[in-house]
Amino acid sequence: MKNIVILGAGTGGTMVANKLAHDLSPNEWKITIVDKDPRHFYQPGFLFIPFGIYTANDVIKPKKNFLPSTVNYVIGEIEIIEPAQTQVTLTDGSVLPYDYLVIATGTRLAPEEIEGMMGDGWYKNIFDFYTLEGATLLAKHLDKWQGGRLVVNVAEMPIKCPVAPLEFLFLADWYFTEKGMRDKVELIYATPLPGAFTKPVSTAVLQSTLDDKDIRVETEFDIMEVDNETQVIRSYDEREVAYDLLVTIPTNMGAKAIINSGLGNELGFVPTDPRTLQSKHHENIFVIGDAANVPTSKAGSVVHFELETVIENIKNHMAGLPLEPTFDGHANCFIESGHGKAYLIDFNYETQPLMGHYPIPRVGPFTLLEETRANHLGKLGFKWAYWNMMLKARPMLVSNQMSMAGKVPVSEN
Amino acid sequence: MTSPNILENVTFDSDGFLEDYLDWTPDIAEGIAAEEGIVLTDRHYIVINYARKIFAETGDAPTMRGITKNTDVSTKELYALFPKGPAKKAARIAGLKKPTGCI
Repeated sequence: MKNIVILGAGTGGTMVANKLAHDLSPNEWKITIVDKDPRHFYQPGFLFIPFGIYTANDVIKPKKNFLPSTVNYVIGEIEIIEPAQTQVTLTDGSVLPYDYLVIATGTRLAPEEIEGMMGDGWYKNIFDFYTLEGATLLAKHLDKWQGGRLVVNVAEMPIKCPVAPLEFLFLADWYFTEKGMRDKVELIYATPLPGAFTKPVSTAVLQSTLDDKDIRVETEFDIMEVDNETQVIRSYDEREVAYDLLVTIPTNMGAKAIINSGLGNELGFVPTDPRTLQSKHHENIFVIGDAANVPTSKAGSVVHFELETVIENIKNHMAGLPLEPTFDGHANCFIESGHGKAYLIDFNYETQPLMGHYPIPRVGPFTLLEETRANHLGKLGFKWAYWNMMLKARPMLVSNQMSMAGKVPVSEN
Repeated sequence: MTSPNILENVTFDSDGFLEDYLDWTPDIAEGIAAEEGIVLTDRHYIVINYARKIFAETGDAPTMRGITKNTDVSTKELYALFPKGPAKKAARIAGLKKPTGCI
């Protein structure tokens, strides 16, 4: 009997467990999956919690509901991974030997990386919305808030779901408009990027939306500290942005166990081949999702598109065959723009977001890089697809590699 | 005395970054730094040498966090040495490709 150990039972780990349990003989392979939290979070739903659109009930289900019964599910915390001994030790002292290891430990927020972030204002007038706790407390705060300067700040890149800060601002504009107090709220986006988004073409489209909604952008803002006393955030080049309410997207880092095991880069992300998704340093380790350092978005759609490459390459390696460089960095993201509409963007390592229809060329139902109601309904419908199709690694109507059919580049003006 | 003309002997890409990092010399670094309004010191060279070493190993320029974690240069000092976008500016002066950064 040989062992495959999967670290992390979030989106990536759960899909890998389902697919491997389906594809491999249970007489030959024992599959073990480890996670410290028994709750599975539908993380895209966190965005809607501050505005009262979703509550905790919409975004939590037990992890075990999504794991096949043939998989050994261990609730425990990783102490250390030792590639030389090919084993993982948990904090309770139990040891899991492996023939293959799949790292799916995701990212975590590290607000403590920024001076003053966790000072007196933390969870009083400083909130995150990338955790259930932060999003829930922010909902309570917004409900009673009388208005003022709301600053959304991205601490440093990369972050999970890089469009979410913009979506937060668009939804905030809508929320305060509905409450009849938009004129009492100033919306400001302070980002370390040179523009509204990471890709120039989307930046141009999104910037005009920001202008329409009267959201001011402070670019190339690398936060040095939060001054809780005077309520300003200060950048390394000595710029200050004053806030009444600060919504932070703190530094994102890899799991502590990855860092403690010496398997991560300076942020704790695992150096990974961007095409084969094999660890750059250990041939029997594969990495899926946010835990990898590959230069694409840290997003659920990416995990979905990576799945087949990871599974096929584990099987190729088992059979002594060369690995296939099939992952192309494909990502797609719905971008909620408020007022019941959304954008959809689709891109990969080489190609900028394009205009066109998705997933069926020239038909849709979704329209790329345009703000439509269908895209918004797609985003809401995705919750059902996530719980019922994606986690169980059932086929969906989208292809892993990006298709150019029916797509046209945005004209450069 | 370094003449700015030294930059005419090498090729730059459309973003203004050196095409081939092996073409780089300290004189070229000074030429690019002069364009950026920077006079290079030993402290700049700690960053430049580290960035070139990482680029040779990985094919990508280091991030700000990578620089501050692996040298004795703090983020604050990095901003003083290479004002306005230190990672990008240091990469350009070190003769490296524009950092791929983050998506």
